[in-house]
Amino acid sequence: MLAINFLGGIGHVFLAFLQGAGRFAIFAATALSHTVRPPFFPRLMLRQMVSVGYFSLPVVGLTTLFTGMALALQIFEGSSRFNAEGSVAWIVAVGMTRELAPVLAGLMVAGRVGAAMAAEIGTMRVTEQIDALTTLSTNPFKYLVVPRLIAGTLMLPLLVLVGDVISIFGAYMVSINFLGFNPATYINNTWDILETIDIVTGLVKAGIFGFIVALTGCFYGFRSRGGAQGVGAATTGAVVTGSILILSSNLLITQLFFST
Amino acid sequence: MTGQAKISLRNLTKSFGKKEVLRGIDLDLNDGESLVVIGGSGTGKSVMLKCILGLLSPDSGQISVDGEDIRSVSAGNRERILRKFGMLFQGSALFDSLKVWENVAFGLVQGRGVRRSEARITAEQKLAQVGLGPDVANLRPAELSGGMQKRVALARAIATDPEIIFFDEPTTGLDPIMADVINDLIVNTVKSMGATTLSITHDIASARKIADRIAMIHDGRIIWSGPVSEIDDSGNAMVDQFINGRAEGPIKMQVLRQ
Ligand SMILES: Nc1ncnc2c1ncn2[C@@H]1O[C@H](COP(=O)(O)OP(=O)(O)OP(=O)(O)O)[C@@H](O)[C@H]1O
Ligand SMILES: [Mg+2]
Repeated sequence: MLAINFLGGIGHVFLAFLQGAGRFAIFAATALSHTVRPPFFPRLMLRQMVSVGYFSLPVVGLTTLFTGMALALQIFEGSSRFNAEGSVAWIVAVGMTRELAPVLAGLMVAGRVGAAMAAEIGTMRVTEQIDALTTLSTNPFKYLVVPRLIAGTLMLPLLVLVGDVISIFGAYMVSINFLGFNPATYINNTWDILETIDIVTGLVKAGIFGFIVALTGCFYGFRSRGGAQGVGAATTGAVVTGSILILSSNLLITQLFFST
Repeated sequence: MTGQAKISLRNLTKSFGKKEVLRGIDLDLNDGESLVVIGGSGTGKSVMLKCILGLLSPDSGQISVDGEDIRSVSAGNRERILRKFGMLFQGSALFDSLKVWENVAFGLVQGRGVRRSEARITAEQKLAQVGLGPDVANLRPAELSGGMQKRVALARAIATDPEIIFFDEPTTGLDPIMADVINDLIVNTVKSMGATTLSITHDIASARKIADRIAMIHDGRIIWSGPVSEIDDSGNAMVDQFINGRAEGPIKMQVLRQ
């Protein structure tokens, strides 16, 4: 009896998961179909770009700066065990551009921007502002979702590019000042190893992560119900789901790019 | 009655989970008429309006506007039909990220492509009609009192001069004098614009003033409808209880008595 209840419980969770995934897919498809059909709202898009891009600069900059610095220390320590201290420069460069900068920036932006989108749209949902949009002949997808999706997809790569530079700079400062590297050698090592593909894959990832962050933020906002509590739940859901989707799709993309 | 009804509802039903809210609404709204729907709290009045506006999808039944069944027309046609409507939401539903005048002008600017400078002039006129001066135009909705928000929402609902306007509790939360101003405004709007209106109210004085016809909803159905002149001798005990505001009667409120 207990076993059956337990299995039934798992079944329920699994079904709820499938239902949620289906709704998410439909939401994504609807949103995408609206990105190509007018009317467009350039002013709103610009405002979202500023809020996603410009206002995330400090948090992304600090995150990548500290990570780049810590990475330099760790790799120096680790590689000195087999006399390969020279690899600090290129491991930092490749590791940050391909992997850490996009993932960390994605997660930080999910926490900052995804949450804010879910909270704002969620509040609009529970106070019937989204219904009001519809009655004023304005499609909520075009007015609310499309500008955010585009801003997320375009701005996160820019943030990551800045993050790449800052993290390498951070590692450079640590290496020069504390680890006794020669500045010219360090820069040469970085330049010699770093390839365009490292940076490009990082930026492609960033674009996809930006899309994911905005999409989950809007999705949870749209689906929120029942006042302040519902908006709170939407915010949490957006951050958790957004982060998990970023980490899992990161694995998938990495495999696609570098499996050959 | 000549011609077809502006809006007609046939056997409209809507449930939320196990809770049946609308159990078969039949209602006709004639062109240029002002219909007031009365009924207890939670009987599905707002849900009915949202079904007509396509904000909720009914489980079954027919909704036709000017003879077109909006549940079976294409999405493009539905959009065109919904352009005929203006709606005052019970909770005002003002856009809190926009200024007051931008709220009022929203349907003109985004919906009809009117230039912002022109729309602003219209918005200020509409605000004046609901007793709000130009000093309010630049404030945010959060800076207004509840009653002022309601009036802004009213101005927004009428800003595009829609053919059909729904007022969900237009006078709730207003002082008696302002309530009467709003009643007059609704009456005049209908007359001057020739608009067809459907209002929901608990305020019987307001209903008497603005209605050509009154319909009462109870338990998910329209239990009585007739001209406003007949409301006092409807012959329906529930209507009598409601308009006289008596706790005792055929309608039982779900409250615990000590
Ligand atoms: N989105 C929804 N999800 C679930 N239940 C809902 C929803 N909207 C309304 N209801 C339920 O439907 C019933 C009717 O709600 P509605 O808002 O239409 O009442 P009303 O007649 O407008 O009441 P009032 O006069 O207090 O505004 C209520 O019991 C409410 O709980
Ligand atoms: Mg209501």
